[in-house]
Amino acid sequence: MLNWFPENVSTFGGEVDGIFWLIFYITTVWFFITEGLIVYFAFRYRRKPGEKAAYVLGNTTAELAWILVPLAIVVVLDLWIDIRGAAVWANIKGERPAADITVRAMGKQFNWEFTYPGPDGKFGTEDDLKIDNDLHVPVGKVVHVVLTSKDVIHSFFLPHARLKQDVVPGREIPAWFQISKPGEYEIPCAELCGFGHSGMNGKLYALSTEDYEKWVKEKWPPEK
Amino acid sequence: MSDTAAAGAAHAAHGHHAELGFLSTYVFSTDHKMIGRQFLFLGLFMLLIGGLLAMMMRWQLAWPETAVPGLNFIPEPYMFGGIIPPNTYNALFTMHATIMIFFVVMPIMVGCFGNFLIPLMIGTRDMAFPKLNMLSFWVGAVSGVVMLASFFVAGGPAASGWTGYATLSARAQYTGVDWGQNLWIISLLILAISSLMGSINYITTIINMRAPGMTYFRMPLTIWSLFITAILLLLALPVLTAALAMLLFDRTLGTSFFLPEGGGEPLLWQHMFWFFGHPEVYILVLPAMGVTSDLLSTFSRKPIFGYHAMAFSMIAIAFLSWIVWGHHMFVSGMNPLLGTAFMMTTMVIAVPSAIKTFNWLGTLWGGSIRFTSPMLFALGFVSNFLIGGLSGIFMASTPVDIFIHDTYYIVAHFHYVVAGIIFALFAAVYYWFPKMFGRMMNEPLAKIHFVLTYIFFNGAFFPMHFLGVAGHMRRIYNPMQYEFLMPMQHWNVFITVSALILGASQIFFLYNFFWSLFAGRKAERNPWQANTLEWIAASPPPHGNFEVQPVVYRGPYEYSSPEVKEDWLPQDKNLGTGAAARAH
Repeated sequence: MLNWFPENVSTFGGEVDGIFWLIFYITTVWFFITEGLIVYFAFRYRRKPGEKAAYVLGNTTAELAWILVPLAIVVVLDLWIDIRGAAVWANIKGERPAADITVRAMGKQFNWEFTYPGPDGKFGTEDDLKIDNDLHVPVGKVVHVVLTSKDVIHSFFLPHARLKQDVVPGREIPAWFQISKPGEYEIPCAELCGFGHSGMNGKLYALSTEDYEKWVKEKWPPEK
Repeated sequence: MSDTAAAGAAHAAHGHHAELGFLSTYVFSTDHKMIGRQFLFLGLFMLLIGGLLAMMMRWQLAWPETAVPGLNFIPEPYMFGGIIPPNTYNALFTMHATIMIFFVVMPIMVGCFGNFLIPLMIGTRDMAFPKLNMLSFWVGAVSGVVMLASFFVAGGPAASGWTGYATLSARAQYTGVDWGQNLWIISLLILAISSLMGSINYITTIINMRAPGMTYFRMPLTIWSLFITAILLLLALPVLTAALAMLLFDRTLGTSFFLPEGGGEPLLWQHMFWFFGHPEVYILVLPAMGVTSDLLSTFSRKPIFGYHAMAFSMIAIAFLSWIVWGHHMFVSGMNPLLGTAFMMTTMVIAVPSAIKTFNWLGTLWGGSIRFTSPMLFALGFVSNFLIGGLSGIFMASTPVDIFIHDTYYIVAHFHYVVAGIIFALFAAVYYWFPKMFGRMMNEPLAKIHFVLTYIFFNGAFFPMHFLGVAGHMRRIYNPMQYEFLMPMQHWNVFITVSALILGASQIFFLYNFFWSLFAGRKAERNPWQANTLEWIAASPPPHGNFEVQPVVYRGPYEYSSPEVKEDWLPQDKNLGTGAAARAH
């Protein structure tokens, strides 16, 4: 599993991956110990002629200690994962850092419709710009996305940014990300949304500041 | 003594059942054993269908938009010369999951083994309400027919996933499926009635009809698991029923429970569905845990390690199942603070699950293990359940779930848990087949079946973790539409090849099952030298089960007891006054 992750390009993606690896190492050790014991016991205690099994009920405290000690370890590991995870979760889904730019994204069968507020920074004005499936953002800036749906539930997924947020009709759901590396990244829909679900795929263009300025000038030419 | 005499008289009164005609013996039977067999055949038939649907899906994922061999007879618009179109693909995974959960695992683990084993293992003649029991099966069968009928209506069967998320499922225009989705809802509503009747019957029977001396803490863990499962069924299914009725009203009567344009709330469906759905997971897996516990003890020739801890951990799992449903909804748009709370409750499930795993290991420790086919499958269940349990910790963690939610990681996880039940299911069939049908199954064939199933089950499901880590979404029709998934496509091919061999390996089971049914070696009463009460009845037991009412003197796990020379000590064996006195 070491290099199968899509390359992480967001500021909080590293923290998500960090929790993944924490759980990965804990469960891998646990996996090998337990499966190893199953195989070892199966071999060691296979039937042998003339040998009777031990008569152990596992009801006394001394016998149950074999269970209670590893159980205490389970509880400690649980809490460790809980506490580390809760902090990262609060960072991503809880309080968001102030926005550098805000974009509205509407899921509709089977496209993403992105709305930019334009130079006045306000939605619902004449200089708003709607673009299907292509989202242009500057690298290193906090981007707020306000998610809405026209029809069914979609899910706004940025695999490279470790961001996923369902888009629910009747609700405005906020999400944010900050890209750290220029490039083109896909924005698939991750929630079944009908026969065109597969292939509902947008594109995130993470541009350097200069390229982003250039793109803005192209879309909103300065009035002469 | 008086108990035994009364039971003997009751048994005599049942004697006339021997003269029943064909219809009341094999079709409208009130005998719990026949009803159990009926549920088994229903479940195995549906397993075949559910499995074939999965094979079609896997073909599409490995070799997208190529013709599936042998299927060019299916007419347009469902298939195009053997090529699966997107909406049919959506119908395939919807029906695969619905059938496997509601018409395979539930009918076999709960319906078949619940019916067959509860009266036999607690030492009574039949269920508390035999007619209700018969009705439960036939209502369930009607539900199955309605579900299968949905394949043949215009627009095809339901295509909104087995989770049926609103608003996709609430308006025909969103999926293009009209009556297919309605029949899906109606079928599950009917099934809920069947389950309700079954669960009331199980609970009543276990509370009221245990043999003399069969205290709660002398019940085999199989019975404990079925008892807890029945309680969960009784409490969880009405919530699904309510949600389904609301969904049907939204679709047909113009209500707006889940439609925001009429003031409804799509997330309400998810809350109701998962409030049912999480206990449902334990409805499916608890009987598998119970059966596994019994089999590990029997074939290790050793008492189950920590019997009380095992029973209480199942109760704890059942209780926790009511307060974790939100972990299915971390990224659904509900308040993120709720996500944190549900993460904490979910992580607690690791504790009772770990108790079970440790106690299974403790049971093997110091044993004298017989590697019969039921034992191999039971060990297979334990080792796969462990993987499913550990992978669950990843999605229980809210930040990790942001990434792996709705990817193949979750598909891998729930197949290790729910499809892993198939190992306990096969273990149970191989173990109780002699009691059910009076004949032994072929052991070498069963072992070949185990080896192939174990290898290719893991070949099919383990690499799904890799796909999930790469971000591969579940329920997508064609992974080749995504640039970031293209480097992983070889894993899809690997999985499909494994799945096809896994499917083909089941021929060893089907052949063995039907061959043994007619030509297997005649089974003795207690071929496995087990302690529980079903083994003192004839194989198969007659109507009324026991020649004399059994009296229970001890728990079910007295293997290798120092009190006797042999390495098993049946629950009903009277060792003289001392033992009898201790029993009361």
